[in-house]
Amino acid sequence: MSDNVNRRDAMGMALGACAAVGGVYSLVGMKKAWDPLPSVKAAGSTVVETSNLEENVIITEKWRGKPVFILRKTAEMVAKSSSNDKARDVIIDGKAHLVCVGLCTHLGCIPAYRKDKKDFLCACHGAEYDASAINTKAPAPLPMLIPPFKIDGTKLILGEAGPEYEKMKAAGVLGSTPLDPKA
Amino acid sequence: MAHFDENAKPFSEQWLDDRIGIRTLTRVLSTEYWIPKNINFLWAMGMLLAITFGMLLISGIFLLMYYKPDTALAFDSVNYTIMQEVGFGWLFRHIHGVAASVVFLLIYIHMFTGIYYGSYKKGREMIWISGMLLFVTFSAEAFSGYMLPWGQMSYWAGMVITNLFSMGSLELNGVVEWIRGDYVPGDAFLSRFFMLHVLLMPLIIIAIIVVHFGTLRIPHVNNQEGEEIDFDIEAEKYLSGDTKNAKIIRFQWDFLAKDFMVLGFFLILFFYLVFYHYDFAMDPVNFDPADGLKTPPHIYPEWYFLWSYEILRPFSKDIGLIAFAFAQVIFVLLPFLDRSPNTIPAHKRGLFFVWFWALLIDMIILSVMGKVPPEGSFNTIGLYSALTFIGLWVILPIITKMEKKK
Repeated sequence: MSDNVNRRDAMGMALGACAAVGGVYSLVGMKKAWDPLPSVKAAGSTVVETSNLEENVIITEKWRGKPVFILRKTAEMVAKSSSNDKARDVIIDGKAHLVCVGLCTHLGCIPAYRKDKKDFLCACHGAEYDASAINTKAPAPLPMLIPPFKIDGTKLILGEAGPEYEKMKAAGVLGSTPLDPKA
Repeated sequence: MAHFDENAKPFSEQWLDDRIGIRTLTRVLSTEYWIPKNINFLWAMGMLLAITFGMLLISGIFLLMYYKPDTALAFDSVNYTIMQEVGFGWLFRHIHGVAASVVFLLIYIHMFTGIYYGSYKKGREMIWISGMLLFVTFSAEAFSGYMLPWGQMSYWAGMVITNLFSMGSLELNGVVEWIRGDYVPGDAFLSRFFMLHVLLMPLIIIAIIVVHFGTLRIPHVNNQEGEEIDFDIEAEKYLSGDTKNAKIIRFQWDFLAKDFMVLGFFLILFFYLVFYHYDFAMDPVNFDPADGLKTPPHIYPEWYFLWSYEILRPFSKDIGLIAFAFAQVIFVLLPFLDRSPNTIPAHKRGLFFVWFWALLIDMIILSVMGKVPPEGSFNTIGLYSALTFIGLWVILPIITKMEKKK
């Protein structure tokens, strides 16, 4: 009797264990089925020619389906900016630019650039950013993210990490941690 | 070996009863499923919901035949093919859109009826919990359906809601990209939400509806006074012919006759909306095709999500998310947060009556604030209403604990 029970228990556990392993593997398969496809991941880098950009006019490029803001700053804007602002400036051909993924760090809407106030306002939940895309008003928790970039003469290549990008990354000003807009 | 009547004609009642027990089935599920007499029109909401779900299913089947889940084709397949070319395509779309909106109105009435009359207590906890699961699955169904026309509101609602899964400062962007199958909502996203909308979510909803009906069978539905009825004694009275003194009626056709009257009024309203006011369920912004590089100036969800959306808005990102999560799950816990021993209507429960109306009014204020732009005094009102919502749930166990046994 007890032998029988033990035997059945063992068989039950063996069956359960096999089923559990199979179940876990099928979950892995299902998880992978929802991963971004290779063709999506391989979406190439975006090259932007900056020689004919105008000051205080924002342009929006598309990179990996996301908008990237490029803003050439005026001398007055550079003079007024804080050291955190300056640390985020992308210098191309001697001119300061803001380069960032144009998505609000709250919930991913696209903030609008206000030319007269030289700042960004996200209409969805009222977040604001300065001209270096550092958040100045809640609910945005972080500055807008600077994407990997490389400078080649007057060309800006999005999606490849150049030395200027690595320097910003080392300084921690890319936007993955909060920054004081006034410091 | 069961007994089979040799003389029964194939497919006659006797023949079927011998084989699949249809008499027992009809008796247990409808003719001797007892409903209290002491109810009002609010008890018809369940049947109205079942019928509205049926209309969603049928209109959905017809839309499915011409809809194309492809970011390049979806918008035109809805706004041109279905609306202009398919015979009565416009009618199926308007029925589907209006029913999707009205079904939430019915769910809210159904829920608040349950809260008012204490229909989640003393043996009816599973009815409430399965009902709240239906609310969650209907919400997922509504959201996934809202993606399909691939207009500006579809796209940006998809962006905002999937971003919630990055869990604020945890920055789980990999999870968001996994849900989308892309860095932004794209073709993979549209196709998988199409699958969820037309197959997986409806399957789950139908299964939970069956469970929801099942949970009713033992405790039976509540009544206007919360009276504990002995259904065995009352059934005996009814079946012995004393239908006048019995406190109950049959589900089929007595209760159904009442239901059908309310259903009649409801359908007049429903088809009035379908034919003359379908626009309330069709946001004009969603008639612009999706554009990932242009956020509409003002993003807001459909009216039935506004209150929980407004709980998210006035706070900083992490606290907002926690408040939002709180709002999503707290209703499920109602049977355990209400510590009162009484199963009676709210107007006999003192402070609970005040709590009920405070909650309802607060949710209406939250809904209004969720629709207006997030500026100035709207922000302040929104913040205080959100805090009130949380506060009301915190004090619920205390005020119900104080309630005297009646």
